[in-house]
Amino acid sequence: MSPSTALPGDRPSENPRGTTVLEAPDIARALTRIAHEITERNKGAADVVLLGIPTRGVPLARRLAERLAAVEPTYDPGAVGELDVTMYRDDLRRHPTRAVGATRIPGGGVDGRTVVLVDDVLFSGRTIRAALDALNDVGRPRAVQLAALVDRGHRELPIRADFVGKNLPTSRSERVSVRLTETDGEDAVTIGENVAAAGQTPGEGGMR
Amino acid sequence: MRHLLSTADLAKDDAVLLLDTAAQMAATQAREMKKLPTLRGRTVVNLFYEDSTRTRISFETAAKRLSADVINFSAKGSSVSKGESLKDTALTLHAMGADAVVVRHQASGAPHMLAHAGWLDAAVLNAGDGMHQHPTQALLDAFTIRRHLVGGGSDAGTEGTDLAGLRVAIVGDVLHSRVARSNVHLLHTLGAHVTLVAPPTLLPVGVETWPCDVSYHLDETIEQASPDAVMMLRVQRERMSGGAGGAFFPSAQEYSRKFGLGSQRLARLPRHAIVMHPGPMNRGLEISADAADHPRSVIVEQVANGIAVRMASLYLLLAGSDDAPDERTSL
Repeated sequence: MSPSTALPGDRPSENPRGTTVLEAPDIARALTRIAHEITERNKGAADVVLLGIPTRGVPLARRLAERLAAVEPTYDPGAVGELDVTMYRDDLRRHPTRAVGATRIPGGGVDGRTVVLVDDVLFSGRTIRAALDALNDVGRPRAVQLAALVDRGHRELPIRADFVGKNLPTSRSERVSVRLTETDGEDAVTIGENVAAAGQTPGEGGMR
Repeated sequence: MRHLLSTADLAKDDAVLLLDTAAQMAATQAREMKKLPTLRGRTVVNLFYEDSTRTRISFETAAKRLSADVINFSAKGSSVSKGESLKDTALTLHAMGADAVVVRHQASGAPHMLAHAGWLDAAVLNAGDGMHQHPTQALLDAFTIRRHLVGGGSDAGTEGTDLAGLRVAIVGDVLHSRVARSNVHLLHTLGAHVTLVAPPTLLPVGVETWPCDVSYHLDETIEQASPDAVMMLRVQRERMSGGAGGAFFPSAQEYSRKFGLGSQRLARLPRHAIVMHPGPMNRGLEISADAADHPRSVIVEQVANGIAVRMASLYLLLAGSDDAPDERTSL
């Protein structure tokens, strides 16, 4: 299966945040497919460790872990954690001080295992570059793969996702918001015009 | 947050953010790879007019773990011993492009002067000024208390919490102690109840206006207040003229008997209570070797926590942009 691509007029529904492009069942189906793709790519999931990137990558990683555990008996349901990248960002000096988040690496560590980084929106690729640096200080995985719920393009670095929920062609002026039940009370991915280019907040698919 | 000068002007939210950030820093220090790239290319100057081993080394370690460049500048053997003024030293540091200045000075208020006189645009961190303040020491004490008495020995689950309802006794030479002053304000801000215990001669004028209780009897305080943490202060004999205790107490033995922490007093403390000391200790004077080395003593851990707290302070002062409005950490 290949990721679906948004088409014009693809079930648009009006929302104060813009157009909803993924609703709760779409997000659930995308995550289920990604879980299957992970097992397919890695011929099982015995050595797979899922690491979510805060904020919204963390609940996404947990959901993926539940699905992996359900479909793949070799997967260790405890092999899910979170990787904070704040102190590795290249744009710290361009923003007010960011609060440092938690990094939680599962008990077995990452050495020699396959780490799947999980993030909500893949945009410039700079967050993932920071995550690769952060991961490097935690250990030496055998391989690193990347899963993103939404790939909105506009990469500024040679980085590509291995597993994508939905490819979403956007313009730079648009704003993609991923909302999850765990953090925002509902599951939805919306796209809208950016009100203030500088007013983007972390975790909403802005220039991260 | 632009400078870290005094715990008296730290709001509760800022204090909790500092402790939360310190907890994340401490987690990185448990890894094999302890160095973070966060402050690459920034310069931190340690400007020490007074002798200090642990605070200077702790700040130096913290800055280096965040990849900042560190310049150590001590008054001895520098142009200060040739009579250079604080202003001229500050202008020199400004010209050298210092991003942060960690200053220890024998004069109360010197860090404030450095921060606000317009001599340099670096962030100023007070590493102890005269008998005034030592904010990072108070922060590391609060961090240690939170870890043990809120988190039960780990930082997990302490995020965002304060010290509400905890009782802390600070015992000894309050008069000369910037550690006590910093702690009274910070612990009060965080919701803890502080009792100062000292002979009347070692309490400063105006102590009744501080947000704490004052007692002259350690045994009474242990029984009536049943403190969750006991912080023993060093008797600062270098600041006392005359014999063993100068004019402040009759003899070291008497001080030790009335205000020292030994195994008997330790046994009367609540079972969960922790023993703290900012160091360096006068073993046998304010604290016995038994108490200092007791399993409930967290004195060595305080040193390790000092690095995490100083990393957090440097991070919060230096990592963000200078001009963008800082909503989360503005004072």
